[in-house]
Amino acid sequence: MSQSAAPTGASERTLRNAVIRLAGNSQDGIQSIGGILARLAGRTAQDVMTYMTIPSTISGGPSIFQVHLGSGEVLHPGDESDVLVAFYQHSYDSHISALRQGGICFYDSGEVTEVKHERGIVHIGVPFTAATVEATGGSARDRGKNIFVLGMLCAFFQLDREKIAGILARQFGRKDESVLRNAMLAFDAGYAYPVGDHSQFVFEPGEHLDDKRISSDGNTMLAMGLIAAGVRYGSAYPITPWSSIMEILRTELPRYGGIYVQAEDELAAVSMTIGAAYAGHLAVTGSAGPGLSLKMEALSYASMAEIPLLVINVQRGGPSTGMPTSVEQSDLMQAIYGSHGDCPRIVLAPQDVEDCFYIALEAARLAREYSCPVIILSDQALSSRIEAFSEPDLQKHWIEPQLDLSPRAEDFKPYPLDAITRHAPPGAKMAGKYPHVSGLEHDEHGHPSGNARMHQRMTDKRRDKLVALSKSLPLPEIHGDQEGDLLLISWGSNCGQIKEAVNRLRAEGHRVGAAHLRHLHPMPAGLDRLWAKFKKVAVAELNDVGLYGYGQLATLLRAAYAEPKIHSICKTDGLTFRISELVTRSEKLL
Amino acid sequence: MSAPPTAATEEKLTKKALTADHPTWCPGCGDFAVLAAFYKVLEKLQYPHEKIVCVAGIGCSSRFPYFMNTHGIHFIHGRALPLATGVSLSRPDVHVFVFGGDGDGFSIGGNHLNHAARKNIKMTYVIMDNYVYGLTKKQTSPTSPVGFKSKTDPAGSIDRPINPMKQLLASGATFIARTHAAQVKHMVDTFERAILHDGFSVVECLSECVMFYEGSFDDSTPRKGGVFETIDESQHNVQDDIAAYQLADLPSPGKFGVFYQVQRPTKNALEQQWIEKTQATQNGQSGRDLLRRRLEGMR
Repeated sequence: MSQSAAPTGASERTLRNAVIRLAGNSQDGIQSIGGILARLAGRTAQDVMTYMTIPSTISGGPSIFQVHLGSGEVLHPGDESDVLVAFYQHSYDSHISALRQGGICFYDSGEVTEVKHERGIVHIGVPFTAATVEATGGSARDRGKNIFVLGMLCAFFQLDREKIAGILARQFGRKDESVLRNAMLAFDAGYAYPVGDHSQFVFEPGEHLDDKRISSDGNTMLAMGLIAAGVRYGSAYPITPWSSIMEILRTELPRYGGIYVQAEDELAAVSMTIGAAYAGHLAVTGSAGPGLSLKMEALSYASMAEIPLLVINVQRGGPSTGMPTSVEQSDLMQAIYGSHGDCPRIVLAPQDVEDCFYIALEAARLAREYSCPVIILSDQALSSRIEAFSEPDLQKHWIEPQLDLSPRAEDFKPYPLDAITRHAPPGAKMAGKYPHVSGLEHDEHGHPSGNARMHQRMTDKRRDKLVALSKSLPLPEIHGDQEGDLLLISWGSNCGQIKEAVNRLRAEGHRVGAAHLRHLHPMPAGLDRLWAKFKKVAVAELNDVGLYGYGQLATLLRAAYAEPKIHSICKTDGLTFRISELVTRSEKLL
Repeated sequence: MSAPPTAATEEKLTKKALTADHPTWCPGCGDFAVLAAFYKVLEKLQYPHEKIVCVAGIGCSSRFPYFMNTHGIHFIHGRALPLATGVSLSRPDVHVFVFGGDGDGFSIGGNHLNHAARKNIKMTYVIMDNYVYGLTKKQTSPTSPVGFKSKTDPAGSIDRPINPMKQLLASGATFIARTHAAQVKHMVDTFERAILHDGFSVVECLSECVMFYEGSFDDSTPRKGGVFETIDESQHNVQDDIAAYQLADLPSPGKFGVFYQVQRPTKNALEQQWIEKTQATQNGQSGRDLLRRRLEGMR
């Protein structure tokens, strides 16, 4: 846990950071109150990052929601917590060791019967269940105990009560009136519950003074980005942790005149999406790793037929059904090379929740510009993590979809060798022959061709456009030292963690930097310039070191640059990197 | 009801205008006649040239789009229907025609047939059924009869074949017909009725593979001594699925014509209704304003 986090003594007046871990069962609504705390942070100029684990059972099972609130920049969800809220004995037993020395543990005194007085931890027993039942009118049901806890935390940290009440009203106001009334009763009871004087737990004023700050999760922001990018059609099949994106698109696209289709399977989903793309729309499909595998044949087709297409893969623990609700970054090779034949395509990965919005716009631009499939590799951690950030400016970031049905000239060719393919969709009048879009190797007119020279030239064409893209991509910036002993490289949701790890290593006197790759295929040309001034490079990624000792991105970098100083920091325990892990493993390389 | 044929377009749609590459099918292949019949129907209907889209998967018959001078897409094996679904739902202004064989439609793409049918996606699907895998040179197909000797069943097929009419009835297709490549007039009439149907219309067209299953349809070919018996619609109610099922159960060669036709709202129309209903509540706000308000809700 960060040294700066939480008060170090009762004398300290204000907090810069606090990590609150809510531990209960998945049906207790702890995600809901964690989300409210995160949203409050966004409204009070604070920074926030959340983290959750979800059981893959249908109902119930242990679950946590961790909220890292900070007055300054928050780069990671927190290793240890400053405050633990334990709803059950099993929650207490599993998470008390992750509470820092001198931390505070609130527990449901009706559920948790054995506590260990150790490491200076302050235990505060509160009958969450009984007090909630009493406050909401004596029915024996404990629904609302999460809101009770929210009220208690609100009082404890002296959070903005009016703003929380406003969020609650918005969240529950749409339901039956009694639901909001009970929620407010539970909240007030929690707020008023005497937990002693802890007046030192007051946050410093937040430093994010932008009044247009929003808080959201990665899946939602990907969906919002797709809408802003002009995507109006597509199809998918439900799979965790992708499903919420298709649920949002299914609900929202009709408002924009579009249609999102739930397909019978992954093969149909990608095929319908290619159909909409062939028909002249930019369209999106998505899935998690197993579903991406099923889409692979059609993705090869889209490379061959040069169809612009967006594909989102929210990665989860694999292989096979694996760990559907855990995080992993083990689909990189699949995304780049998973299909048959030589089928170049673009692969991007968002670095945080805010970037999910912008990467969707960039993916859409690249798909249109390079007329090929673009895969966005998100992951389970990003999908559900909540962060606060500036609201995107739609004056700058909005693309109105356009269907180009203009008549095409006599000399139109669907597959010109000297230019990037621009398809003529159905409905476009052709002065010459009508175009055939083909998955057979073809000549410039789309006629099937078994000519060996033509296959080579068309292979060159499909590859070279992405080589050109590679040369146009900027090198990532280096956080920390610009030269030194170790450069940490990350991709996807690890971005904040490696920066924080570099901050800590530098505080210990090491000369280290961090660089983050958003463009994974093609990568920006000349990456070797990035690490030329470092003695070693370590790629931190959530996948296995495999048979040869290197993770997936590390393997690609070593292959592309024949660079022996590239090392791997990998793990596959279903969790994101802890800062302490990254620090310890980096130190071994120093 | 489907959009009526457009009467006057600048360009008259003739067989010449519709002809593209010379078909690469084997001499004597039944598919030539299907192509000829399709030209005739399009000449009759006179849709705007640029609004015609031909979609296919993989197989001999799936080369069809290359032989049509229309917008065309040759996709992967078994997925022509979902691709066509994407076109149909996102482009209500175009006419979508799907062509394929028994392997594409009933085997590798079998699941999609069920779902395109139950969702009643507006399109016309012509299945050129030859009871054999021809492009890969004689393997058993899902419609090969028991006992058929192929390279994958040298001792004769032991698997019960699919009954296309029964499958389509069960999956909820709203227009189901059967025709024969040796009966051009019957094909033309059946195709026309299928195309004018507002919904998912399927025509199974028996089309002989002279290379790998010669004589497969002799029992329904009068000049080979067979009987081509059409459905008498004064005796058969096309809206009666039980009667259609009984027709589908007749032993080979069975009957030809429209087995079943009902009107049910298409997914195209239902999705459009949802869009209109949703948009009616938005007071004409622009897309950008809608999204802005959505983002503001996250403050």
